[in-house]
Amino acid sequence: MAEHTIKAFDEEIDRLRGLIAEMGGRAEAAIENAMLALQRQDKTLAARVVADDKRIDAIEAEVEKLVIQVIALRAPMANDLRDVIAALKIVSVVERIGDYAKNIAKRVPLIATNTRTLEPIALLPSMGQVAGEMVHDALNAFAARDADLALAVIERDTVVDDFYNSVFRTLVTFMVENPKTISECAHLLFVAKNIERIGDHATNVAEMVYYAATGQTLPERERGADLQPED
Amino acid sequence: MTPMTEEQTNLTIDNPKMSARDVKVFYGEKQAIKGVSIDVGMDHVTAFIGPSGCGKSTFLRTLNRMNDTVASARVEGEITLDGENIYAPSMDVVQLRARVGMVFQKPNPFPKSIYENIAYGPRIHGLAASKADMDVIVEKSLRRAGLWDEVKDRLHDSGTALSGGQQQRLCIGRAIAVEPEVILMDEPCSALDPIATAKIEELIHELRGRYAIVIVTHNMQQAARVSQRTAFFHLGDLVEYGVTSDIFTNPRQERTKDYITGRYG
Repeated sequence: MAEHTIKAFDEEIDRLRGLIAEMGGRAEAAIENAMLALQRQDKTLAARVVADDKRIDAIEAEVEKLVIQVIALRAPMANDLRDVIAALKIVSVVERIGDYAKNIAKRVPLIATNTRTLEPIALLPSMGQVAGEMVHDALNAFAARDADLALAVIERDTVVDDFYNSVFRTLVTFMVENPKTISECAHLLFVAKNIERIGDHATNVAEMVYYAATGQTLPERERGADLQPED
Repeated sequence: MTPMTEEQTNLTIDNPKMSARDVKVFYGEKQAIKGVSIDVGMDHVTAFIGPSGCGKSTFLRTLNRMNDTVASARVEGEITLDGENIYAPSMDVVQLRARVGMVFQKPNPFPKSIYENIAYGPRIHGLAASKADMDVIVEKSLRRAGLWDEVKDRLHDSGTALSGGQQQRLCIGRAIAVEPEVILMDEPCSALDPIATAKIEELIHELRGRYAIVIVTHNMQQAARVSQRTAFFHLGDLVEYGVTSDIFTNPRQERTKDYITGRYG
């Protein structure tokens, strides 16, 4: 894209995009590490995920400040306006993604020491991986102003939703058969729900990227199958 | 980039007050306007934006035949006011300019009293039968121009003694006094401070609906604030014409986008 006549404006936009790239990278790492900590029962790694979330929160505050400054001083128009508005909305969503990863990490010490006894835990890493990739791609789409990549992220949300429904059923069945594990399984249910929410939020980011890139808002999309009541 | 539809370049409107079709303007050999078609309506303020030399003022001046005063200027194409060709030989130019009034960049009140500045037009057009009639026209025009309360006790002071912003509102009042249907404004605020500018912008907002208003401005924020339709001119072309909020959030054309985001040249 051509440069602004006013160079300082370009520098501010670059800084804004840099901060969001860093924030996205950190949120993605938080998801990956929280899931690793869960699989390996690594309390130290879990504690690091919780501690690192502070930087994600700090970036959100920094971006908010910068966006307000750009709007006040530069009066951005057209794609610039859409970029800064999307940036403002994206950081609040990515901050929530960080919180979900932190919440998963916080549950690690509360789940049984011997996870080998919890079969359903085996499903969660793949689910976490899909959600993590959605976050990764949504932020990449923002960096590249790539509307097609954003659409691909949105389509993948049903995978995470379907995963969640499957994990839910597996956990409920497992709990019925192994009542002693109910406490741990309840935590795993929340972990699954957190991952499902991360997928939704990645989808929200992708929708904003699509808007920023094209100026069009997407029509209401189809979602994954709703949870059916058990017979 | 989304391909542009006919509707977006050539936003036709219901009941246009003025319509231009394939208008070309030449200054001698040089072509300043390269075939512009546009409709202007009563219900919204239309802003013309674009860099210096893009033709926006030249085009504005075709709408009340101000280019007739430039010896080398030649206008082709058709411009209609209520369906009537304003370049037809039968068109009375003096009458046309009463119907299509103009306000200029620099306030230019006559070196006469405030009262006389307003009364001059109605008098030559024979709009007042008596002094009492004229008093009514002067008060009504000054009220509509948002100036009455500031000048009602000194109507016989010179118009040139007013502040710049007041002088510009006096000129708007002078244009209004002859009951025009269209008001053309050529950078009406560029010589004014922000407060005087805000008063003119508020006035434009109040006059909307009563007159078809077309404003040429260098100030894109001003176009965004006062208009409902925006036309972007570049090198004599009408590049894009659309709903103002669309133009400023999602322009269709690369040239429009570069200009309004400050990436031009």
